[in-house]
Amino acid sequence: MQILLDQSIKVLDIRKEEDYKQGHIPEAINFPLSNLLADDSPDKVLQYTQSFGIEDETSVVVYDDTFGALASRVAWTLQYIGHEDVSLLDITYGAWRRLGLETSIEMPSLNKKTHSLKLQPQILAAADYLMPAKEKGAVLVDNRERLNFLEHHIPGAINIPYRMLGSHQNILRPKEELKRLIQNRNISTGSEVITYCGSVGTLSGLGYYALKSIGLDNVKLYVRSFKEWKSLDKPIEKQSDANYWDLSAE
Amino acid sequence: MSKTSLSQSKPDNLPKPKINWAKVEEAERFAEMVKLFRQGKINRDDFRRFRLQNGAYGSRMTDDYSMIRIKIPAGEVYPEQLEKIAELSESFSIGNAHVSTRQNFQLHWVALEDVSEVMRGLSEVGLTSREACGNSIRNVMCSPLAGICPDEIFDPTPYAIATARFLLRNPMNQSLPRKFKINFTCCEKHGMARIADIGLIPYKVEVNGKLQNGFKIFLGGGLGAQSFVAHQLEEFTPEEDLLYTIISVVRVYDRMGNRENMARNRMRYLVNEIGWEKFQNIVLKERAVVRATQSVVIKLEVDKTPEVLRKVSISSELPSHPQGFSRWIKSNVMKQKQPGYSVAFLTLESGDVTANQLRVIADLARDFSAEGRIRNGFAQDIVFRWVRDEDLPKLYAGLLEVGLANPGSLTMASVIGCSGTTSCNLALTNSHRLAKEVQRKFLELKLDEDDDLRSSTIKISGCPNSCGQHEIATIGFYGGGGRLGKDMYPLYTMQLGGRADEKAMLGLTCMKVPAKRVMPTILKIVEIFKSEKRDGETLDSWVHRVIDGNGGPNVKSLNDIKESLKSAVVAPTIDQDKDFYVDYGNDGSYHARTGRGECAA
Repeated sequence: MQILLDQSIKVLDIRKEEDYKQGHIPEAINFPLSNLLADDSPDKVLQYTQSFGIEDETSVVVYDDTFGALASRVAWTLQYIGHEDVSLLDITYGAWRRLGLETSIEMPSLNKKTHSLKLQPQILAAADYLMPAKEKGAVLVDNRERLNFLEHHIPGAINIPYRMLGSHQNILRPKEELKRLIQNRNISTGSEVITYCGSVGTLSGLGYYALKSIGLDNVKLYVRSFKEWKSLDKPIEKQSDANYWDLSAE
Repeated sequence: MSKTSLSQSKPDNLPKPKINWAKVEEAERFAEMVKLFRQGKINRDDFRRFRLQNGAYGSRMTDDYSMIRIKIPAGEVYPEQLEKIAELSESFSIGNAHVSTRQNFQLHWVALEDVSEVMRGLSEVGLTSREACGNSIRNVMCSPLAGICPDEIFDPTPYAIATARFLLRNPMNQSLPRKFKINFTCCEKHGMARIADIGLIPYKVEVNGKLQNGFKIFLGGGLGAQSFVAHQLEEFTPEEDLLYTIISVVRVYDRMGNRENMARNRMRYLVNEIGWEKFQNIVLKERAVVRATQSVVIKLEVDKTPEVLRKVSISSELPSHPQGFSRWIKSNVMKQKQPGYSVAFLTLESGDVTANQLRVIADLARDFSAEGRIRNGFAQDIVFRWVRDEDLPKLYAGLLEVGLANPGSLTMASVIGCSGTTSCNLALTNSHRLAKEVQRKFLELKLDEDDDLRSSTIKISGCPNSCGQHEIATIGFYGGGGRLGKDMYPLYTMQLGGRADEKAMLGLTCMKVPAKRVMPTILKIVEIFKSEKRDGETLDSWVHRVIDGNGGPNVKSLNDIKESLKSAVVAPTIDQDKDFYVDYGNDGSYHARTGRGECAA
């Protein structure tokens, strides 16, 4: 926590503005996910980055209160425009508060800085990339909940629901547990893996970092995810002839 | 609930699970076996046998997902176990768990690759899925009222637990001709002693001037494609013969049971084929041998340490009874034999419960049950025992907050539905959803408040195999497919008059009822009953009177019932009523599709 309060580190709070105003980690800068999603073009992201006072070498830590999924999407986006030193806070803001750690309602002052733009296409997957990559052995990972996955998914994808990735306290399980989940699926650390989820790459952003955290190097995020895939009328696979939704008690 | 009441109500003497049923090595082994199977190093049949032995079924139309059946011996579940099941269901299943009719918890649609993780998680709280499926001795059941039932002679729970302990992982139980079920119950009225392979009811007789504990033991019952009511082995089986009797029956079945024909290899078929008297003789002879040869080696470890009840009462009072409380009390709560305590049943829908609800149930068990745990019931339900009468409004308020305070649990409005086409390979219809729909309709019509219907039951299976126990229901249904011209529609066969008590009998087939006519048909039966009933007569007793040929004034026989319902079940053409051809929970037209059953694997 001391490190986090170090002034040289930039902390980004991805929650809604009204939640942020009621309290946040001291010195954290509010960057609601909706702002990013309104325009996530590299130029716009670069503008934000510079306006937050983030330089090429600045350490950035990102957090949210949505089990790390929104923070993951922002962290990935910063990495995509070429910012290397970005980390996820390992707990949510809710857990931060439950631990009784320091919070603040002060707004930090922002000094615009310069940041370069070095796109990292090797961490991004586009719709057309998926099937050819799969042919060559890439693993497609769908991070949506099980029932959504059964209902429809990209052909050949496997399902690792986002709820599998976290633990009680932390946004990600201990590394040895995550490793076991991946090993149980016969996925090797050398595999190329592409994660996707329902619409904007949040749940799959968490999936992306879960896999990176245990040493998989070649992971990509299909950031436009299943929403785009469907809108492009691409082939879809489903588990048919079963009324699994009726097992739900809600 | 105020904060103070919470802290007061959480004493530090929370009971912990007494028995660790788990072995974490089995989870590790399972993970290895899945990898070998995926690599093609184990053949499908061998792997399936292994998977089932460890409590994981294939799911409907796919082996890539499993239904994991978590054994709950005697139905007893501790709060930390409920919380673990909730966590596992969120991480690896669909965020819901399912309470079965045999007191298990089931997690559906778990990826085969994650089954080992679920097993590992279960082992952290002492639970196992070992021998919950496959050709083994399944969960040992015990009445949820055991120990508190006003009619019971003594509490059978310690015997049920000891039996489960003796049998789990026992070599004698690893490769039987088929599955094998043991049910302990509290009294003649509550429970399923007569529809199991071995059913047991506590009994006491005077031997040499001394009262001796023992059991009435019933053998060879069971529901399925062909069902049988069990036979009583002997007048009285003393306690010390309990284990020898169980071993003898299992040995006889292991030796003589049919290993060729999977459709006829449950023990009830063996009993039926060789005849009861012959079977009874063989078992008694076998028992003499077992007693003579094994008595030094084996013993049933019955833990009769009296239970220490916790103090759970809370001082802060609710200002008034919450809305719906009196209706709930009437249909969900029974007095225990112990003065001042009650037992409360939760009305689930077809046994489904969310992870969040499980966590609340765990908290409420800590707060309000003096035994600090819950029991799964026999009717896809969850039971809070040892609740102080004055705490009932608070328990109700807690349940209300998470949608678990539905009335009707102990009435006909609480409907059993097997998993049907939601996950089962054999199902022909969505019995699971139909049961929910019927239950919702009945509660909406407040039929749970009708005393004439209270003692009757409705049970629905998605195929003839009876997992929904339709044959012991007052009104039972099993699924199939109907056809008008080239168009198929979901159809049920209705049976009337089944029961599982001391007058146990299987329901008699009445007629076929299309899925979309099940509800109006039941309501029509209620209407006929109301116009025909004698003073003080209940629906189930009227049904029996009619079945026995003593009906009247107007409806005199099963056939008369059929006649009165005929017009209600006529199939319209698909142009007249498209919805008629669609099963519950579907939007497309109906096709009867099944996969390979695994019960018999």
